[in-house]
Order: sequence, then structure tokens, then C-alpha cells
Amino acid sequence: MTGPAFPTVDYGALAPMLIILGAACVSVLLEALLPLRGRGRAQLTLTLVAIVAAFLAVVVRATSGAPAVTTLAGALAVDGPSLFLWGTLLALAVPSVLLLADRSIEPGGAFVADPVALAEAESRERVSAGTRGGGRVGGSGGSGGSGRAARGTDAVEGHTEIYPLVLFALGGMIVFCAADDLLTMFVALEVLSLPLYLLCGLARRRRLMSQESAVKYFLLGAFSSAFFLYGLALLYGYADSVKLSDISLAAAGSLRPDSLLFGGLALLVVGLLFKASVGPFHTWTPDVYQGAPTSVTAFMAACTKVAAFGAILRVFTVAFGSTVWEWRGVLWIVAIVSMVVGAVLGLTQTDVKRMIAYSSVAHAGFLLLGAMAVTPAGLSATLFYLLAYGFTTVALFGLVSLVRGPDGEATHLSAWAGLGRRSPVVAAAVTFLMLALAGIPLTSGFTAKFAVFSAALADGMTPLVIVALVVSAVAAFFYLRLIVLMYFSEPAADGPTVSVPGPFTTVAITLGVVVTLLLGVVPTAVLGWADGLSFLG
Amino acid sequence: MSALLLALLLVPLIGAAVCGAMATREHLDRAGKAVGLGFSAVSLVLVVAVWAMFRTGPGTPRFQGELAVDWIPAFGTRFALGIDGIALTMIALLAVLVPIVLGFAWGDKLPPGRTGAGFTALMLATQGVLVGVFAATDVFLFYVLFEAMLIPMYFLIGRFGGPRRQYAAVKFFLYSFLGGLIMLASVIGLFVASESRLGQGTFDWAALQQMAGQLPLSTQIPLFLGFFAAFAIKAPLVPLHTWLPDAGAEAPVAGGVILVGLLDKVGVFGFLRYTLPLFPAASRELAPLVLTLAVIGVIYGALLAAAQTDMKRFVAYTSIAHFGYIALGIFAFTSQAIAGSALYMVNHGISTAMLFLAVGMLIRRGGTASMTEYGGVGRAAPLLAGMFLIAGLSTLSLPGTNSFISEFLVLIGAFPTRPVFTVIATVGIVFAALYVLWVYQRVFTGPLRGTAVVGDGPGAASAATMGSGDDTDDTGGSWARRTTARFGDLTRGEIAIMTPLVALVLVLGFFPGPVLDVLDPAVSATMSEVGAVDPVAPAAPTNGVPR
Repeated sequence: MTGPAFPTVDYGALAPMLIILGAACVSVLLEALLPLRGRGRAQLTLTLVAIVAAFLAVVVRATSGAPAVTTLAGALAVDGPSLFLWGTLLALAVPSVLLLADRSIEPGGAFVADPVALAEAESRERVSAGTRGGGRVGGSGGSGGSGRAARGTDAVEGHTEIYPLVLFALGGMIVFCAADDLLTMFVALEVLSLPLYLLCGLARRRRLMSQESAVKYFLLGAFSSAFFLYGLALLYGYADSVKLSDISLAAAGSLRPDSLLFGGLALLVVGLLFKASVGPFHTWTPDVYQGAPTSVTAFMAACTKVAAFGAILRVFTVAFGSTVWEWRGVLWIVAIVSMVVGAVLGLTQTDVKRMIAYSSVAHAGFLLLGAMAVTPAGLSATLFYLLAYGFTTVALFGLVSLVRGPDGEATHLSAWAGLGRRSPVVAAAVTFLMLALAGIPLTSGFTAKFAVFSAALADGMTPLVIVALVVSAVAAFFYLRLIVLMYFSEPAADGPTVSVPGPFTTVAITLGVVVTLLLGVVPTAVLGWADGLSFLG
Repeated sequence: MSALLLALLLVPLIGAAVCGAMATREHLDRAGKAVGLGFSAVSLVLVVAVWAMFRTGPGTPRFQGELAVDWIPAFGTRFALGIDGIALTMIALLAVLVPIVLGFAWGDKLPPGRTGAGFTALMLATQGVLVGVFAATDVFLFYVLFEAMLIPMYFLIGRFGGPRRQYAAVKFFLYSFLGGLIMLASVIGLFVASESRLGQGTFDWAALQQMAGQLPLSTQIPLFLGFFAAFAIKAPLVPLHTWLPDAGAEAPVAGGVILVGLLDKVGVFGFLRYTLPLFPAASRELAPLVLTLAVIGVIYGALLAAAQTDMKRFVAYTSIAHFGYIALGIFAFTSQAIAGSALYMVNHGISTAMLFLAVGMLIRRGGTASMTEYGGVGRAAPLLAGMFLIAGLSTLSLPGTNSFISEFLVLIGAFPTRPVFTVIATVGIVFAALYVLWVYQRVFTGPLRGTAVVGDGPGAASAATMGSGDDTDDTGGSWARRTTARFGDLTRGEIAIMTPLVALVLVLGFFPGPVLDVLDPAVSATMSEVGAVDPVAPAAPTNGVPR
């Protein structure tokens, strides 16, 4: 009897993942050991350093010309698309974390974990406001003796659990889009999802809405995980393996019943499409986008989409590339539903965050077009689209968080009237990003759409491309409506104020806007990188 | 010459950036306007230089001043510029009109929060992008600029327009954007076709033109329709025209001149440069469809123009009729007709600009665009009436004005190949006389009348500011009001604005030769690309008309 054979581990290839997950563990320790006061800064530093280090590891790996490998006994594939997706995720994580860390817009940060502490601190705040001149009330009388909310009158100290949560979610995403077998993929799915459910419920303002969104996301997410797992089981029954390449081998020229294969595929894809918020599996998207703290929404909208589409691309290409003609017809309908639902329901929205949510559903439909092509052109176009869309979205949510009324963010459309007069720079940035989402040339949105549509057209999906173009025109209407409101309407007398963003938010927004512009005008470098990548297996 | 061409593209854009920066400070407003005017004057000088260097005559290459830099190699697209005669005349017309409209808008009173420098910046941005649209020799670049030109015009209408400007701006944008997206489908289709036929995808106009002849008709027709939809919305041809009257009526007068005079020309320019050479078989196959729309446009536009009571909408509808003639000439496939259409594009720009400006000067005095509020203006403002009449006569193509030559060339050139369509379109000439003269009669002739002219109409406040008038005496009693207009004739500045246009109307009316010489190589190249031959060998050439 020999002992269990330990798989070989290629540490060089796994470095980015190890850095992020390792930093997440350290972050948990910091949470336990450091006093609250200095914790935020230490956690932020650790998080940013880890992300940048992981990003550098990705860049080194990508430029060193190291061959694509599968490692950890074939659980993870570190190939060209993986590295591109990792780079995208980590690059998007930087502005997202900066948005999460901002404390200048909402004193103390936008997150509070303990509602009791919050309520106590707020009541103290009220007391001190009522007895102005009667000395500062506050000090060490916080809840549970933990020293929480001890900053006194001006702000309730926000919480720093968000940093380990974000790092774990990010680690899960990194594994998710590189997973080469379905079980690893499922574990990664849970690792990325659970922290997101928590993050959604942590909002300081409008707590009920935030918690509602967390519960909704959690319940529906649990359903979709169950679908995924059921599909996994059926595919295991079919192929006798959970490895993607084995499924592909089994599907090519076998006499086993197709019902298992396609049943499994369908259930698996439902789980993936849910995460990617592709219609008709999008129903959680508007509620969660609206309820979650805006910085979390930004992280979720940009990074989750990248990870989910990364996994979709890998599953389609590696496991089901040989049977593409048999399942693609169904996805045509899914793509059309997603695009049409996103655009049409987007028209009726009166809340900026919900509007962006529906727009993300429409964009998910466009992305699916590229993912369905299962050609090298489709792959590179989808990868580029993810990067472009991610930066636009992060910057947009950053801007949304700046427009504030008396109770937090003013996301109702009417609050944005006349913003161009009151705050020309913010309005100009929003306009630019809206034009990017609409796909106007010289923005990254156009380049990405062009790449995806040409890949789809080259692969014989002409009707879908026509639908996509019509949908783009419909969607342009609601992007335009916001521009009209900001520039051509008179501002309301008691309208919201536009906060002056702190350095973190400023950097995040600037980064997003600059990348959106650069990818629109000189996309060559990124397109060149995305071009010619191929999955292993 | 390539450097000059690039400068023509960049100078207005730099000017737009400078003016835009100055627009944020109220006290720099006047300086911003002056700087903008300076930039547009530089453009004008550059155009004169380019025109002087542009070689004409047999044997000269069609495209001149070409330059190309790789832009996005992954899409096979380049930043490629080059002009043929048609593009040159359009760019020249643009360079002439922009300083004129900036001069016109100089004294406009703007709503609060809007600055004249901002207006100038948007105008210059439109000019720069339009130069790029006309000069692009890469289909991708053309598409990019085609969409980009919507944005400054959208803000021009939406920020500086009339009471229903929001509606008009959004309608304008969505129509054009939808058309652009349909064209995008065809652009991508063309790219994919070039990938399979040439081995490598390209957007180079010349390469695509070479390839186009080999495409089967079944491929050409959908691609043609994609381009055609965008251009037909832009031009506009009749069922797709409904945005133009709204946009034209709500746009500020200076913006309207550029919108109707040049931005819309991109549509017919696109027919000539893209649909005909890239899809010759489909163009021949579907010509009856286009001709039907064109002729409907001629008649329908004329009838609706006659029925308008809003003067800006009136100008917009006359343009729809004119675009019908231009499309008729293009799709008749004879060199006379195509040359006529290309010349028509220039002449229509001049006469519409003049008509729009005359209307704008009248609105500035009376404060309303409604014809029913005016009457007998000729007594109070004879020069203004004269300007309107010259513009109107040019619009109805009176011999001796610029439009006559082009309309005549279109009709005489189209008759041999398309007699039925031509005969129907000729009826439009009669209608043109009807609508122009009727408006002139209602507004400018007879005794002084109408609330905008003699009463306390909406323009009462602005009338007081027209200081140079000698009979703006509001202090008289009701009797004096009935016989004395509230406003005077053209100011010196306004005369200076109109003079170059009057000169162009008359000079091009008698000596169209130089312009036709410039157009000739492009026209004959288009003829050979579309594979059409003139039906009969024409008699000896007269006055430089290309054969």
C-alpha cells in the first residue's frame, strides 16, 4: 500500500491566487489583533499591496512566456485566458477597493456591521447635537465594551471586515475563472459568493433595503448553486469525471445518452448565467444593485461579471466546444431575452442604480454573443469587453456615490436634473461613461461592441447581431435620458449636493474614465494581448 | 498637402478645446468667441491653400493629400485621410459657412448658464469632426466620426435650441444613432467579407472597393441596405425624415445652418462615396427603390414646405425636397446627373444657409418664427427682404442663381435613363416657386401688419436692442404702431455676413466651371466604379460640364 500521491504544485503559476488568499487569511488575523482605530488603514494597505503584488505576478507570468500548465492535479489551468482574466480582475479590484475604502463621502465609511452599535452611536450623536455647547458626549461607553463607535460625535467608525471579505471574494473569483474541473469551480463559486452576500448587507444607510438585497441575493444564489451542483452531478454521471477536458472527450463520439450531457449542461449553465446576471436569470440584479452599498455594487458589477464570464468561456470552449452546434440554439434565445429584457426594462427605471443594473443585463447579453462564438475571435472579443465594461462600471458607480441627498445617495433620476449646471465635471464624466455604455465610438464601449459583434457575425450569428444593434439603439435612449436630465433640465431647488470626492474615490473614478477613453482610442495593446490566447485542453 | 489636410482636421478641434476651456469662465466669454472666430478664419485660409494645391484635369489621381497611420491593427483599421473633389467642395463649404454663422451668432442673447464660448466650442467641434467624415478613406474611421459628429450637434440643439429642444435633440440623436448602428452591422459585414475574400480583414476604402465588384449580389444587397439606411436617415429621404423639421426648427439658427447645410450632406456624400462604389451591383439593382423615395421626397417636401407656418420648419422641408433631387441625380447613373448632384450639394448648402440666416435675422427682430405674425416686412427692412428674396430665388433655382445649374444638370442628366422619375420630379420646380414666393408674399410684401412687426409682440424687448434702426419708435400712439415697424433694416454686421453668400450665389450661378473641374475626376471615377456608362455620346461639351 502506498500513501496518497500528493499532486505537484506549480507555485510560480499559482502565485497570484496564493497571494490573494494568503493576504485574506492575514487580514482575518489583523481583524482579530489590531485595535479598531488603526485597523482600517492597516487593512487597506495590506489589501492594496496584496492586489498589486498579485497583479505584478500575473504580469511577470504573462510576459515571461511560460507555457500554459494545469496544476494541483489538474484542478486549475493557468493558461492565456486565465492570466488575462486574472489581470482584469486584479486591475478592477484596485479601483473597487479604493471606492470601498473611501471615508470622505460618508464619514466613517459606508459600512457598519453591527446595527446596535450604529443605533447607539447615532443616538449619542443626536444627543450631542441637541445639547450643543454642553460638551462632547461620547468616549468609551460603546456597546459590548469592544470600543466600537468610539470616535465621538462626528462619525461612527465604520467596520473593516470588508477587507478580508473582499479578498476572499477576489480569491474565489480568481480560482473560479481558472478552474479546470467542475468541483473546483463549484467550491470557488461558493468562496466568491458568500463574502458578497455579506458585503451586500452592510450598508450604513438604508439598512433594510441593504439587508433585503443581501437575503435576496443569498436565497437566489443558493438556488443557482443547487442548479450548478445538479448539473455537475449529471455530467459526472455522463462522463465519469468532473474534468472539463474529460467531458469533452466523452461527448465526442460516445454512445452514451445525450440527455445526461445536455441536461447537465443546461443546469450547469443556469448556475453560471445567474452569476453573470444574464436574463432571464437576472431577477436579483436590480434589487441587489440598488440595495447594496454602492461601492460593493461597483465591485460586484465589475468583478463578478468577469469571473462568471471567464468560467462560462472556459466551460463552453473546453468542455462543450465539440458539441457547440447542438446547444447553441437555446443560448440564442437566452441572449435575445437578456438583451431585450435589459434594454426594455431599463427604459422604465427611475433609479440610477436600477437603470445601470438593467443595462448590465443587456451588456451580459452582448457578452454572451461573444462567448457563444467559441472561436478565437469570440474569446478575445469577450475578454476585451469584460475589461472595458468593468472599468466603465466601476467609475460610474463611483460617480453615483457622489450625488447625495439628506439620507445618503440620491439615486432617483429626478435628483440628477440640472447636475451639469451645478457640477460640470461630475456631469461630464457621467456623460462620457454613459456614451461608453451606449457604445459611441472613441470610447471603450464601442471598441468592445465592435469586437464582439464582428466575432459573432463571422461565426454566422447575423440575426443575433441585428437584434443586438437594435437593442443598442433602444438602450441608448435611457443613457441619453440621463444626459438630457443633467444638461437640459433646470436643477431642482432642494436638489442633492455633489460631494467633493476624497483622494481614493477620485483616483478610482479617474482610473475608470481614463481606461475607458484609452481603450476607445488606442486599444491596440490590450487587443493584441487578448488576441491569440487559447484555453488549455 | 497631407499636412494641410491634417491641420484642417485638427485646427477646429484645438479651437474647440480652447473655447471649451474658456467657456467655464463667464468673463472670458467674449474672448472665447473671438478666439473661436480666429480658429475658423485659420481653417478658411487652410482651405483656400488646399483648394489652390488641388490638381484638376485629366489624369490626376482621385484622392489627393493622402496620409495613413496604423490605428488598431487588430481590426485592420488605419487613420487614413485623403480628399477627392466632392470631399474638397464640402470641406470648403464648411470652412466658409462656419465663420459666417459664428459671426451671426456673435450677438445672440443666450439663456442663463450658457455661454457664447461654449456655443463656439461646439460649432468648432462639429466642424473638425465633419472634416474628418469627409476626408476619411478608411471605412472604420468614417463610421467612428459619423457617430461622433452627433455628439456636438446634440448638445448644440439641446443646450442652445428653442422651447422643445430636449425632444428635438433626443429625436435627432436616436434617429441618427439607430441609422449608424444599422450601418455598423454592414461595416462589420464588409470587414468579415474582406477577411474571407482577401485573406485579411481590412477597412481600407480602396481595397474594399476593389473587392466589392466580386461580391455576389445576395451579399451586396444586405450590406447596401445597412449603409443606405444610415444615409437615408441622415440625408433624409422621405419616410425617415421626421426628425429634420423638429431638429431644424429647434436648433439655434447658426446650428441649423450647419445641420441642414452640411451635416445632412453626409448622407448624400455617403451615397456617392460608399454605397455606389462599394456595392455597385446592389446599387444598380435597388436604384428604382431609391429613386421612388427621392421623387416622393421632392413632391412631399415641397407640399409640406408650402403648408408650414413656422419659418424654420419651412426651410427644413425645402431641404427635404432638395435632397430628393440630389438622390435622384446620384441614382440616375449618368455623369451629368452625378456631377449635377455633387454641385447641388454645394449650392444647396449656400442657398439654405442664406435662407436660414435671413429667417434668423427676421426672428431676431420679431421674436417669433411664426409667419402669421409678420407682414409687409419689406417696408421696414428692404435689405432683409432682398436677402430673403435672393436666397429664395436661389432655392427655387432661378436661372442665374447657383442652384439652377445643378438642378438643370440633374434633370437633364437623369432624363435619358429615368424619364418617368425625372418628369415627376420636374413638377417639383413649380411647387418650389409656389412655396418660396408665397412665403415672400405673406411675410415681406404689402402694408406693415402682424403682431411681431407692429404690435407688442414677443419681440418687443429685443426690438429695443436693435439700436441701429431708424424707425424703432415705440413711443408713438396706436396709429403710429400700425404704420411704423418696431424694427429696422440689416445692421452693418449682418450685411457683412450676407455679402459673401450673395456673391457665391451669383458667381456660381454664372461661373460654375471651377467647381465642376474639381468635381470631375471624382464623378467619373464614381461612374466607372458603379459600372455605369452614359447612355448616348453627348454633343460637344459646354461650359466645363463633365461628360
